[in-house]
Amino acid sequence: MAAIFQGVGAAAALSSSLSNSFDSKKFVSSPLRKGASFAVVRSDGRVNLNPKGRRAQQLISNAVATKSDSAAASSSSKPGHELLLFEALQEGLEEEMERDIRVCVMGEDVGHYGGSYKVTKGLAKKFGDLRVLDTPIAENSFTGMGIGAAMTGLRPVVEGMNMGFLLLAFNQISNNCGMLHYTSGGQFTIPIVIRGPGGVGRQLGAEHSQRLESYFQSIPGIQMVACSTPYNAKGLMKAAIRSENPVILFEHVLLYNLKERIPDEDYICNLEEAEMVRPGEHVTILTYSRMRYHVMQAAKTLVNKGYDPEVIDIRSLKPFDLYTIGNSVKKTHRVLIVEECMRTGGIGASLIAAITENFNDYLDAPIMCLSSQDVPTPYAGTLEEVTVVQPAQIVTAVEQLCQ
Amino acid sequence: MALSRLASSSSRSADLLKPLCSAISLRRPISTDTTPITVETSVPFTSHQCDTPSRSVQTNAKELFTFFRDMALMRRMEIAADSLYKAKLIRGFCHLYDGQEAVAVGMEAAITKKDCIITAYRDHCTFVSRGGTLLEVFAELMGRQAGCSRGKGGSMHFYKKDSNFYGGHGIVGAQVPLGCGLAFAQKYSKDEAVTFALYGDGAANQGQLFEALNISALWDLPAILVCENNHYGMGTAEWRAAKSPAYYKRGDYAPGLKVDGMDAFAVKQACTFAKEHALKNGPIILEMDTYRYHGHSMSDPGSTYRTRDEITGVRQERDPVERIRKLILSHDLATEKELKDIEKEIRKEVDDAIAQAKENPLPESSELFTNVYAKGLGVESFGADRKEVRAILP
Repeated sequence: MAAIFQGVGAAAALSSSLSNSFDSKKFVSSPLRKGASFAVVRSDGRVNLNPKGRRAQQLISNAVATKSDSAAASSSSKPGHELLLFEALQEGLEEEMERDIRVCVMGEDVGHYGGSYKVTKGLAKKFGDLRVLDTPIAENSFTGMGIGAAMTGLRPVVEGMNMGFLLLAFNQISNNCGMLHYTSGGQFTIPIVIRGPGGVGRQLGAEHSQRLESYFQSIPGIQMVACSTPYNAKGLMKAAIRSENPVILFEHVLLYNLKERIPDEDYICNLEEAEMVRPGEHVTILTYSRMRYHVMQAAKTLVNKGYDPEVIDIRSLKPFDLYTIGNSVKKTHRVLIVEECMRTGGIGASLIAAITENFNDYLDAPIMCLSSQDVPTPYAGTLEEVTVVQPAQIVTAVEQLCQ
Repeated sequence: MALSRLASSSSRSADLLKPLCSAISLRRPISTDTTPITVETSVPFTSHQCDTPSRSVQTNAKELFTFFRDMALMRRMEIAADSLYKAKLIRGFCHLYDGQEAVAVGMEAAITKKDCIITAYRDHCTFVSRGGTLLEVFAELMGRQAGCSRGKGGSMHFYKKDSNFYGGHGIVGAQVPLGCGLAFAQKYSKDEAVTFALYGDGAANQGQLFEALNISALWDLPAILVCENNHYGMGTAEWRAAKSPAYYKRGDYAPGLKVDGMDAFAVKQACTFAKEHALKNGPIILEMDTYRYHGHSMSDPGSTYRTRDEITGVRQERDPVERIRKLILSHDLATEKELKDIEKEIRKEVDDAIAQAKENPLPESSELFTNVYAKGLGVESFGADRKEVRAILP
């Protein structure tokens, strides 16, 4: 259904963005990253891709990957290029900044330092200090400034060095970011992207292991997505920047060094769509972000034991892709949710409510939800391991569910 | 009179006034006169880390009449809102601006519509000075469809994008980082315009203000932070809330100017000065020494933390509308009666707008779901099977 992307919408956005504030002299040409496509913008606003031979700008939405065990590029025969997840994010960000002059990045140490997780490495040198802005440690105000800039039509990407720090900007995100489009009667749109790494890392301590998706999920007006592979990281980053709505992109500290082969051509991922990681028959396992890998590890064991789990990476945390999830539930009749949020008030809790409300008739067993324990994340390694859901627990849960 | 203003507000009152105007203009062509008149501000400016602008302000008869008319309109509008609130047609919070009109009117006279203004919840008059109509104001206050935010915002959420009025914010202090973001966007797009971010003496103690000021000063943004100091943060007097109530000095590295906020010409002079400064040198703070006659909001009587004598004292000595009236009379530009006629006509205009707003329908139920998200890149509201659209999106 939502197969081919709004090429029209994208083109319209492009031409409007290059209207009056673009100064072609400022368009710095810089050494191309391997595999990056370079857009040459003409004075009348038309865009040609680098004549070095990349094919025509063609937006491909990756809907559902039909290959089992991998959500790798399902596009054309070209093999693409291999990179790490943080490089994929950087590529997506760089391409969008080239494509639309209104995109700018704000955050702590994103500029000269290159980003604490190297997502913005090299961008300050390429685009200058006015487009890649180092802020002081003042989350409340620079998030507010990003929102104010977005009200006028700029498209800032605000980085929280760690998602947990954005709690200081909660008022701005909740009241201004989420609600201004509504309370102004539609006069302002807030095309901002708020991104940053969150989740439980390796013994980072309680305050640096926050999972904010549970706090932000009930703010009306924002969208939340969580990336998990280099492919969907780049796609979601690009889609989030192009979206007219405020989008919060959740990355995970431990996933930045994942390597994958992604296509060379321009593509985006639908913000509201879930990803079918592994089709199956016996049970639907819904997961996102890092837990996807724990689930896939458990899936190997489960397959050996004779089960056929269907694994879906929900990706869109707000709104839920109830279409994909619903179809899966109708097929398997059993649901297991594996998440990194805490049990109380987390994404899993909302998902249970949504599935029960809409698909109760199709369920053969109560929905099981494996979440992190309702405790601050301890420092000690063994305790931290127990806080988070491990593959062995997933295997046990599936066995229990399928009895 | 300011004929252009009359024409824009409502055609009925314009028709009513045509005979009056032509009669007046036959006798008094100087009402649209632009010969310069020099006026002295009531008190000199005090500054922090910058030069003070001159006390002499150039104006003319046309501007005097515009100021008088605009401020009288705002005053009447706020008093009418008071009655509507007591009649339970306006619910929730209603923060009235009467007494502070000179700030809105003086600021608007110094700037263009390309400059941005953002303020907190005491925004009815600022909205009008930016070009909002009385119908939009009253309809929004009563939650009707013709309101500037379609009835979904309320008293604290007035916005007018086409004249760069960014609201209208309920959370104290949160609008200042937004305002610095607007200034950032202006610098980014090379607009050669400035942003006025207004806040109160209560909000001046918010940390995000200093954070935003720091970033604005580092990045040289054309941001002007205007503290509308009415001396009371709801029920708390300024000396009880701020260790240093010299708000214009609290920018430290950022220059500041203290202005008599009840004198529209002082405000106009200060804003002109500030705009010039901000475009060249980055952020500046303006402290407007002003006063509100009503309480903090309609639920606050306004007399438990200050004496009635204080309120009447300010009204007698510093009232902004009276000051302009005296100026007009002393320069012999109109008679008492003519000014009273203007006020009568304003009263009728306000009553007409209220009547029109009362007729206006409440929003449809489907409006509940519109404008939650902007339509773009595949955002729709779906039912569970993704086929049924739960709301009709604009």
